[in-house]
Amino acid sequence: MDQQGKIRVLIAKPGLDGHERGARVVAFGLRDEGFEVIYTGLRQTPEQIVNAAIQEDVRVVGLSILSGAHLSLTQKVIEGLRRNRADDVLVLVGGVIPDADRTALKDMGVAEVFTSGVRIGDIAALIRLHADAVPVQVQP
Amino acid sequence: MERSWEDLIQAMRQGSVRALSQMITAVENRETGWHEGMKAVYPFSGSACVIGITGSPGAGKSTLTSVIARRMAEQGLSLGIIAVDPSSPFSGGALLGDRLRMQEISTLPGIFIRSMATRGSLGGLCQAARDVTRILDASGKDVILIETVGVGQDEIDVVRASDFVMLVLFPGSGDGIQVIKAGTMEIADLFVVNKADRDGADEMASEIAAMLSLCAFEDRPVPQVVRTSALNRIGIDELMSVLTGIVRERKKRRLPGSDEVREEILELVEREISRLVRQDLAKNGRLQQSVDLILAKKSDPYTAAARLLPLFVRSSGACSGQEGRP
Repeated sequence: MDQQGKIRVLIAKPGLDGHERGARVVAFGLRDEGFEVIYTGLRQTPEQIVNAAIQEDVRVVGLSILSGAHLSLTQKVIEGLRRNRADDVLVLVGGVIPDADRTALKDMGVAEVFTSGVRIGDIAALIRLHADAVPVQVQP
Repeated sequence: MERSWEDLIQAMRQGSVRALSQMITAVENRETGWHEGMKAVYPFSGSACVIGITGSPGAGKSTLTSVIARRMAEQGLSLGIIAVDPSSPFSGGALLGDRLRMQEISTLPGIFIRSMATRGSLGGLCQAARDVTRILDASGKDVILIETVGVGQDEIDVVRASDFVMLVLFPGSGDGIQVIKAGTMEIADLFVVNKADRDGADEMASEIAAMLSLCAFEDRPVPQVVRTSALNRIGIDELMSVLTGIVRERKKRRLPGSDEVREEILELVEREISRLVRQDLAKNGRLQQSVDLILAKKSDPYTAAARLLPLFVRSSGACSGQEGRP
């Protein structure tokens, strides 16, 4: 029954940049890898993203940011997830991220930063690794 | 699964969104013991009004759903929205994009949106949608909107999980005859001609009304035809007055019909049998043997099916202990 127990992934674009190509490439790619991808489109507030992550009960949130505001936007999303006791959700960041900020993002709790040139298969492998390693924690 | 369904259901009924969404995941994934979870949910369900929203892709279902949901939320109703999109038959993955058009309402108080993939016909969308509907119902939602994929058998499945079905059409999507021959006449309780700002909307609406006047509706009222533009907010008041009436009526009547209950039981049994058959035949390699024989042109699918069925019945013990046999 491989149709069941699908890993659900949210792909979201927080903030004001309007470049959605990268997010779409990742969303389509992950669908082709067999994930159920919820795509919320452009210009989402961190509140909307956290809200969608909780309602959709996703295992992974992928943020695509090209605006330069990745530090503060990511911080807000992670805080929101923690507030909702959803800190077992894997947070990935992609887009235009300077190398210098990678450490800061990882310190916040981002599992990995994927910039252009990365292979979809690598993203998928990381997601599967996480899903296997971290069993679902139910915290009513 | 180390958790008690009762705890999860209690938390969900006390308003925990996380508990609600985790309950849905567990049941949708058919995790071990999901039957027990649904048994515990069932007594709490039965008061929500379930509205199915169907229509061809691009008709404006998501936009209309979002407009309706906002109006209902303003009336103080709490809502669950199930947005169904297709799974890829190749990868089994899915791109669920209905939420895109609903994000602005997703943070309104009382609104819970959940995207669902069809997961192939094996999963049984009808039962899965019914289960998720029931969970939302038990969590205390007044109204549940189910937005369908827009094509094929899944539509009919979703319809069977709803109290009331709204068919969304738009000018240019075919004339009245197209609507009738698609078999949608029987499933729709309300026809919405969306994108009514476009040419041809009036003609389409009157054509549908004319067709409806030719049909016999013995056991239910003749469906209304409403023109709207979800994007320009035209005709929404009229649509809402129909829907508000439906929600009010629904509150008076509770019990599902005996046909619905019978169908659901049969469907649950069939689903389980199908699961057992697949499990059993795949396990002992008989299925592959038959496949190989057919590929070698030494047998055919009809012979294989006739041979495998009795083997399954015997190995599953499906007939043992029946009818008082020793």
